[in-house]
Amino acid sequence: MTGVGGLKDATAIVGIGQTPFAKHLPEDERTLACKAVLAALDDAGIAPGEVDALASYTMEETDEVELAKAVGFGDLTFFSKVGYGGGGSCATVAHLAAAIATGQATVGVAWRSRKRGSGPRPWTNTAVQLPTPAQWTRPFGLLRPADEIAVLARRYMYEYGATRDHLFNVALACRNRANQNPAAIMYDRPLTREMYMTSRWISEPLCLFDNCLETDGALACVVVSRERARDCRHTPAYLHSAAQGLPAQHHGMVNYWNDDPLTGPAWTAARHLWKHADFTPQDVDVAQIYDAFTPLVPLSLEGYGFCGRGEGGAFTEQGALEIGGRLPLNTGGGGLSEAYVHGFNLINEGVKQLRGTSTAQVPGAATCLVTAGEGVPTSALLLRS
Amino acid sequence: MLTPVTDPDGAPFWQYAAQGELRVQACADCGELRFPPRPCCPHCRSFDTEWHLTDGRGRVWSYAVPHPPLLPDYAAQAPYNVVVVELEEAPRIRLVGNLVSEAGAALNSLDPHRVRIGARVHAVFSDGLVQWMLS
Repeated sequence: MTGVGGLKDATAIVGIGQTPFAKHLPEDERTLACKAVLAALDDAGIAPGEVDALASYTMEETDEVELAKAVGFGDLTFFSKVGYGGGGSCATVAHLAAAIATGQATVGVAWRSRKRGSGPRPWTNTAVQLPTPAQWTRPFGLLRPADEIAVLARRYMYEYGATRDHLFNVALACRNRANQNPAAIMYDRPLTREMYMTSRWISEPLCLFDNCLETDGALACVVVSRERARDCRHTPAYLHSAAQGLPAQHHGMVNYWNDDPLTGPAWTAARHLWKHADFTPQDVDVAQIYDAFTPLVPLSLEGYGFCGRGEGGAFTEQGALEIGGRLPLNTGGGGLSEAYVHGFNLINEGVKQLRGTSTAQVPGAATCLVTAGEGVPTSALLLRS
Repeated sequence: MLTPVTDPDGAPFWQYAAQGELRVQACADCGELRFPPRPCCPHCRSFDTEWHLTDGRGRVWSYAVPHPPLLPDYAAQAPYNVVVVELEEAPRIRLVGNLVSEAGAALNSLDPHRVRIGARVHAVFSDGLVQWMLS
């Protein structure tokens, strides 16, 4: 298909970089952004002066001007920011790919720097309208993202018989991978079922371990054309397919007001993603699925077509998400156990898998799905080696 | 406690609630109810709206029980229930609120263990807010 096929394998991620992850890092967000970006360019073997495209999140507080003048970029001809918090993660890479594939730029950098570990929790700010219909929810004490998702999780468990054990399976798979990853915040802290079942509630039915970490850190990656990718230092991770998803009559994290609230943006993104792909969900070797909260994973497993409607909980049984299982998940530890940096670590971990350099390597991994936040207007990538 | 920060589309809802009425925005042309309120009917694109008076009866569609950390006024009442109520006459119209023991009672006035999905509830009004009681 001419035109719409123009993105398939046309670009690749050729550099990845990150700072340490911690509850508190001494550097400010701007400094962390510069360090991650320079690390990604060094990984790619590309000089900062060659960068001509940038993409990040609307919530990113280091803007293009600050970053470009600090690290010495060349003239920029494309820059873009994607909204909806963690829903924009994969779209940053997709926007760069579109710009490069259409000749608007040649070397793109996407990044996210955030001090969510030591900085304020966004929901504590009562002076601003959060990007939800706050007047209909916040006065009643539905204050935090965890509360908003807890309502959907309760309904999901009620409709389909999903259990806390299914949510535990998600938390455990991420923690087990973090225990293999020295860069992960939870590297040396194993999780047991007893710890999970006896932990404090955050918003019933979600407990402490159903919630992601609060992390200081930054990550970046470098996108170039497939021709240029062949000259870079590492095996390219080709961008096979990319999609954003904002379903009709969707309401963000408080998606209570349409015919089918449990069918979220993942379904919309997935339809487009697979339409333009040469392979199917059954061919995915490893998945990096956005995990701000454990229930997002069974919902995403359904949305991206790994199982049928209502089967996401059962899919997690019998070690399906572990190494050697049907779909190894979040192999760096994910937002639940490596670091929560609005999902950017999931992108870089997908690249590591295709290079064969993950700390929890899936043998021979050649295809990887990476997703952004489910429950908000989202995005996703299919990467292949 | 947080009060609703309204916008031009939502303001009538709160004005009616202050009068003890639960009204939902409807298209004045095709009659479709819609929530949350918005400027234009997504079914027929009409900008003419009216506010449909409901009987305030519904069922619990889902709920959460928040625990701290929360904003101080809410932490003081935690754990409390937050319900999403589906209106009996328009099941796709759902309202977030609290199930309480009587109008004006605190968020934690009803034992969270008494909340069930599917429970019949009805609207009551206090201080301009809609609350819900078990029917």
